[in-house]
Amino acid sequence: MSEKTYQEINARIKSGKAVVVTAEEFIDIVREKGLTRASQEVDVVTTGTFAPMCSSGAFLNFGHPAPRIKMYRVWLNNVPAYTGIAAVDAYIGATELPEDDPLNSNHPGEFRYGGGHVIEDLVAGRPVRLKAIGYGTDCYPRREIETTITIHDINEAILFNPRNAYQNYNCAVNLSNRTIYTYMGILKPNLGNAHYSTSGQLSPLLKDPHFKTIGIGTRIFLGGGIGYVAWHGTQHFPAIQTDPDSGRELGPAGGTLAVIGDLKQMSPRWLMGTSYLGYGATLSVGIGVPIPILNEEIARYAAASDAELYAPIVDYGEAYPNQKPGNLGYVSYAQLKSGKIVVQGKEVPTAPLSSYPRAREIAGILKKWIQNGEFYLAEPVQLLPSPADGLTGKVLKG
Amino acid sequence: MSPRKIVLRFGPEISDKPIIYRLVKDYDLVMNILKANVNPQKEGIMVLELSGDNYEQGLNYLREQGVTVQALTHEVVRNEQRCTMCGACTAICPTGALHLRRPEMEVVFDGDSCVVCQLCVKACPVRAMEVKL
Repeated sequence: MSEKTYQEINARIKSGKAVVVTAEEFIDIVREKGLTRASQEVDVVTTGTFAPMCSSGAFLNFGHPAPRIKMYRVWLNNVPAYTGIAAVDAYIGATELPEDDPLNSNHPGEFRYGGGHVIEDLVAGRPVRLKAIGYGTDCYPRREIETTITIHDINEAILFNPRNAYQNYNCAVNLSNRTIYTYMGILKPNLGNAHYSTSGQLSPLLKDPHFKTIGIGTRIFLGGGIGYVAWHGTQHFPAIQTDPDSGRELGPAGGTLAVIGDLKQMSPRWLMGTSYLGYGATLSVGIGVPIPILNEEIARYAAASDAELYAPIVDYGEAYPNQKPGNLGYVSYAQLKSGKIVVQGKEVPTAPLSSYPRAREIAGILKKWIQNGEFYLAEPVQLLPSPADGLTGKVLKG
Repeated sequence: MSPRKIVLRFGPEISDKPIIYRLVKDYDLVMNILKANVNPQKEGIMVLELSGDNYEQGLNYLREQGVTVQALTHEVVRNEQRCTMCGACTAICPTGALHLRRPEMEVVFDGDSCVVCQLCVKACPVRAMEVKL
């Protein structure tokens, strides 16, 4: 089996000879030419996903005013940021809400503005109202400041998302007899609809199920700019799903990424403040990961199509909120994308929450960057834990 | 009186009753059905142009039957810049005005099929659907 190295691929990128295709294109190439030829001819497969990713946020350093302040509480457009770190550092989390938000007191709440929207405003260069209070120290005497900032005025703005790019996700349905408002959207009663949220055959981690190429230091498309995989994401429990009856493999699930990048070079097209009725505010994040086709095995995984990748169907009316194990079966992304699936004998209309057209656009942009020699592959310092490591989730007692 | 445009919403429990028949027969109203999507045991929606001497009585009858009556004075528009084509609205939209074009998976908004129920306005995660007066 022929092997390629990162160095060889980067040399080809430099000379403008690298063969770079999107994951969609790669599926067709493998069908046409066979796996062996495709894996020899193609150097890089680009992937993409654009969807709400709650575990996101940004570290900001505002710079010091005169006199200096040790910020004890910080608000950005009225949304609190965490400042239990150094004096003028703060972390604005995507799901943070204004203190006067009515939340779900008039259910379902609208959650029109939150931390994700602050991040969108910042990355768009819009002015953001900063308010901070301090308690006064000998070195940091100032007790309050109210001013307007833009992303250009502050020292650093670093997007650091502890859990993004979920490898796979539940297909959410509602078996109860009332409409429910979830992070998977509005779910109508009695199996009225089914929502899913990955880009399937374009989704980064579905194309590298055993983490053969993605690791710490992998250079990626993040929020319209360049970012890096910082670590495995929180709740990174990668596994290969299997059919409980036949034992047939149903594609991977459970992996996640922690990602980092300079917010100042990102774009509001790829970081959008997002609101889920009755649930909360969050941030939609665009991520694209390049997969180097180092060998035929990696090529085989990267060529997995919607028909080979499956999502578990989960009831959000009762089972999910009560942490009841099990699911209502598996459904392929090809079926999900067809517009209807069958659950418990009933035909249910499906809808995605993850934008497939935007995922395709990201894979296309990343492809162009690499073809133009603007983006080189970074060999990971360390690969992420794989299904073989057997990581599993814990249940919080209480 | 010139005809007025109204939107009627039927719950699943009354969608199989002959409500429109009674509206014509008992209240002698003139109607022009602009859009209708009524199925047994499902939520139904109808957009009507309605006129006649017993207009208000007719509306009261509808309300007594559990029909939600709303004037059609608004229009829903899509902010094309903001829409990410995610699709979260497509299984919520009761008339299929918002639907996915396959295989591209692009969200299409067909304003002619929209009955201004405004469910998409709240369901849209990035608030791309807006009500215009």
